[in-house]
Amino acid sequence: MASDSDVPFESEADGVSELSILGYLETRRKFIKQVAGTSAAIAIVPNLLSAASLDQAKTTSAAGAASDSAKVNLKINGKDYALDVDPRVTLLDALRERLHLTGSKKGCDHGQCGACTVLLNGRRINSCLSLAVTHEGDEITTIEGLANGEELHPMQAAFIEHDGFQCGYCTSGQICSAVACVKEGHANSDDEIREWMSGNICRCGAYPNILAAIKEAKTKVRT
Amino acid sequence: MNPFTYSRTNDAQQAVAEISAKPQAKFLGGGTNLIDLMKMGVETPDALIDINRLPLAQIEELPGGKGVRIGAMVRNSELAGHDLIKSRYPVLSEALLSGASPQLRNMATVGGNLLQRTRCYYFYDPAFPACNKRMPGSGCGAIDGYNRIHAILGQSDHCISTHPSDMCVALSALEAIVRVRGPNGEREIPMTDFHRLPGDTPERDTNLKPYELIIAVDLPAMPFATRSHYLKVRDRASYAFALVSVAAALDLDSNKTIKAARVALGGVAHKPWRAEKLENVLAGKKADENTFRAAAEAELAAAKGYKYNSFKIELAKRAIVRALSTVAGMS
Repeated sequence: MASDSDVPFESEADGVSELSILGYLETRRKFIKQVAGTSAAIAIVPNLLSAASLDQAKTTSAAGAASDSAKVNLKINGKDYALDVDPRVTLLDALRERLHLTGSKKGCDHGQCGACTVLLNGRRINSCLSLAVTHEGDEITTIEGLANGEELHPMQAAFIEHDGFQCGYCTSGQICSAVACVKEGHANSDDEIREWMSGNICRCGAYPNILAAIKEAKTKVRT
Repeated sequence: MNPFTYSRTNDAQQAVAEISAKPQAKFLGGGTNLIDLMKMGVETPDALIDINRLPLAQIEELPGGKGVRIGAMVRNSELAGHDLIKSRYPVLSEALLSGASPQLRNMATVGGNLLQRTRCYYFYDPAFPACNKRMPGSGCGAIDGYNRIHAILGQSDHCISTHPSDMCVALSALEAIVRVRGPNGEREIPMTDFHRLPGDTPERDTNLKPYELIIAVDLPAMPFATRSHYLKVRDRASYAFALVSVAAALDLDSNKTIKAARVALGGVAHKPWRAEKLENVLAGKKADENTFRAAAEAELAAAKGYKYNSFKIELAKRAIVRALSTVAGMS
């Protein structure tokens, strides 16, 4: 596996956008890092620990024959990346662990919660169930790629305006999914939005505010 | 996840040749089920052959008005939204849209949907020691376990799991034909013969032969399928597997007499359950609630429930009556 140093990325990029959208998350992440040394914290939040999934993969790999590594070229948020990845690495893990685009979240890691939603060639998908190596030449947009410089995407602004989150963990997936929902033309009534956003679970139950945000953003989103 | 080698091909014949040389390999389509099962340790292929770039993503009319051909790599969302499907086979569009989530439907392919594996808890989690489907001969954890989502028709002492697909229930009612290519060329498999009942070999979900690749699904012309509907009953309003589902199409004359019926049930058996007994009872009768109930009773007469799923028998009957009433009421 190639080292991360051969991959162009701006390490501050995700921190900046996340801070400006959901400022308090940064505080929470620091907290989690501080407590992550205890076994209790690991048991509670295994998916938040950035190294956990890769360490697991290495262990499996060491036990059996190593998977061949494979090269893949991706265009993420308008920028070209060349990666050398183990074929087992999901698009979500490549984004988070290799490219440090940590806006996309790992919730269930089984395609059930929608926290990992990104746009693949303009269409929303669950990045946790998609292998990075399959995406040669594909264009991917993550939460980090929605804003236009310092100007938030109308959906991001509407989520803030309507308080469309509590803990914030599902929010980047909700917003990516909502952008696609509007673009697809599936945001024409409350019921239609609820149905077409059902792949994004919010355990805090911010659904009424998410609905309100999408309704407002729909009038402002450039389609 | 176990290690595997990865390869990609844009040629169907090449894909078949490649898998023929790698007996433990799997084709990778949308991955929404396979990657999940690999994470769970249920599927452990040593090679994945990525078929996402095969030129099989078209939906086209068959010549001579013989129906519609759907390429195996068409995504579920594309199929559900296609004008030919919405106008001629609404039951298929409704079934697709009732399944999974928008994200998953953007990923999932028609071929992959046909090959979905059961969501039986005892199959899906290797922490359970007994599952004849996952590990032949190990027993069935569901028969005496928590079996709320399990089968009431066609099950065996070896397996009571259900097929999870909505799309396949509609394809069964529409008498679709699955076209496959293997090392010895192409063949057609009628939808009713594509999936199988568990018997004493529940590890086999389908009648596909080794190394065969699904290349298309043909929908025969069925003019009355414009009058069709998919009813799905589940624990949540959206994004849940069916407890019971009904795909129904009715051919009615001007007096509301049933000339022909095509009905299939989901969530009740190891395969999409084509309801031929019910269809035979309906033929020639007046389309009304009494007829529908009598037909449902006939179809479910052989049903057998378990500790937690007996409710499905009455639920299936009522769902049939409701679905048929909806279809009969269509203009």
